Amino acid sequence: MKNRIEVGKPVGIEVSIAQSEVVAQCDVDVIAAYPITPQTHIVEHLAEIVADGDLDAAFIPVESEHSAMSACVGSSAVGARTFTATCSQGLALMHEILYIASGLRLPIVMSCVNRALSAPINIWGDQSDIMAERDTGWVQIFTENGQEVVDQTICAFRIAEDRRVMLPVIVNLDGFSMSHVIEPIRFYDTKQVRGFVGVYQPPLRLDPAQPMMFGPVGIPEIYTEAKKANDVALIESRQVIEEVWAAFAREFGNAYRALETYRTDDAEYLLLTVGGMSETASVAIDALREQGVKVGQVKLRLWRPFPHDDLAALLGKARGVFVFDRCLSTAGPGGPVASEVKTSLYNLRERPLVVGFIGGLGGRDVTVQQFADMVHKGIGYVAAGAAPVYEMVGVRE
Amino acid sequence: MKTKLNPTWRELELGCTVVEAGTSAEYKTGDWRSFYPKTDEDKCIACGVCYLFCPDHSRHIAPRKKKVEGAMYTHYFDFNFQFCKGCGICAAECPTGAIVMIEEGKK
Ligand code: SF4
Ligand code: SF4
Repeated sequence: MKNRIEVGKPVGIEVSIAQSEVVAQCDVDVIAAYPITPQTHIVEHLAEIVADGDLDAAFIPVESEHSAMSACVGSSAVGARTFTATCSQGLALMHEILYIASGLRLPIVMSCVNRALSAPINIWGDQSDIMAERDTGWVQIFTENGQEVVDQTICAFRIAEDRRVMLPVIVNLDGFSMSHVIEPIRFYDTKQVRGFVGVYQPPLRLDPAQPMMFGPVGIPEIYTEAKKANDVALIESRQVIEEVWAAFAREFGNAYRALETYRTDDAEYLLLTVGGMSETASVAIDALREQGVKVGQVKLRLWRPFPHDDLAALLGKARGVFVFDRCLSTAGPGGPVASEVKTSLYNLRERPLVVGFIGGLGGRDVTVQQFADMVHKGIGYVAAGAAPVYEMVGVRE
Repeated sequence: MKTKLNPTWRELELGCTVVEAGTSAEYKTGDWRSFYPKTDEDKCIACGVCYLFCPDHSRHIAPRKKKVEGAMYTHYFDFNFQFCKGCGICAAECPTGAIVMIEEGKK
């Protein structure tokens, strides 16, 4: 495939379009998808690339996301490199098939353009959709800008298809505030990208010449072992993820870590964020540092496998950790990220006070000032030695 | 490769895939049965519909001869009660009503 986009220097491009271009560069064989806002541009553009004859792939338009993921399971099972994209209600509709994809160890790559869940119906960004799929057994990676989307999409195929992993991967990006924004993104040479992701060689595949059975019943004598095998595979994928990120940095220059840090040296307080709003929070960190507040930022990139040990090592010494969630675990133990961060820290002999803030729901903006306010409020809780289980930011009382 | 009984999690194939074909022959479903099929050989025309529809390995082609309307047929469809789970599909599909389902223990 020729380079459809100029390589080597940043070009202004919508992030959705950039992701579909890079999926094409990764030489996918099958795309099965159903359009849903704000994922639409990704699959529309992929359909165009296939129709233009620039990508030799089957584009399967289906009647629902349940069918989209089912078609992905089938195509991946015969050994085709498979991609799909969805969000929100679409991801929720895929729910049961997500477990099948990971349980059958099929290296499907999916883009999830994070969007709120109904009701009330809302097409804008938050992370409620993906948080409801935490336990589906997929590798789950977050990004905070268009370059990261492109880079992580390339990495996703190599991670998923590694013989030691063989698991599906979700690349998350924020609905609209990332997906529909034109950003400067640097593309890579298609040949180099294809060399990096390699040719998919499935260890097992459905083939009439050598019949085998995918998806047999797992009776009580088998089911526990099957779940254990999947759990270990997902935990151990961490090493491969690190290897792929290191290889990516060598090949293309951008380095990635499970937890990204910003001005954390000597920080007594840490603000932990996930996804696109991390950049807004970084601006607040700069302003707070100007004021002499010893605060830094930790950005969670790898959501599954969850980086427990890294979090304990990085956050354990802080006085206060303020976690910002874009998802409400209704009447639960706090936002999903905050409650998992607490789990990572609880068994430490000494641990910081963890304060959970929830905001940015259904596309609501969170300003630099609001992030700064969260930090000040959190510091107040640390001084008082107690904090509510969680609180919502920017809600009109 | 012979599938191992009660494998450890390390011994499971990737994704629990069964990498050889026809392994359900090792799984005897006959003890599920609470009704058994019985064929009235006079009504049977050796069409094989029961054989095609049987969801298990229960209906097999037995090497017997049968005369139907003057012609000799060398195939006759018989049951294998190691596998017949008594679902009754054969009885429902048989075009001549040759198969009846009878409760286990009764004749
Ligand atoms: S009862 Fe069911 S399992 Fe038994 S022979 Fe008939 S179709 Fe097959
Ligand atoms: S379907 Fe009925 S008639 Fe046909 S072979 Fe079976 S028992 Fe005989």
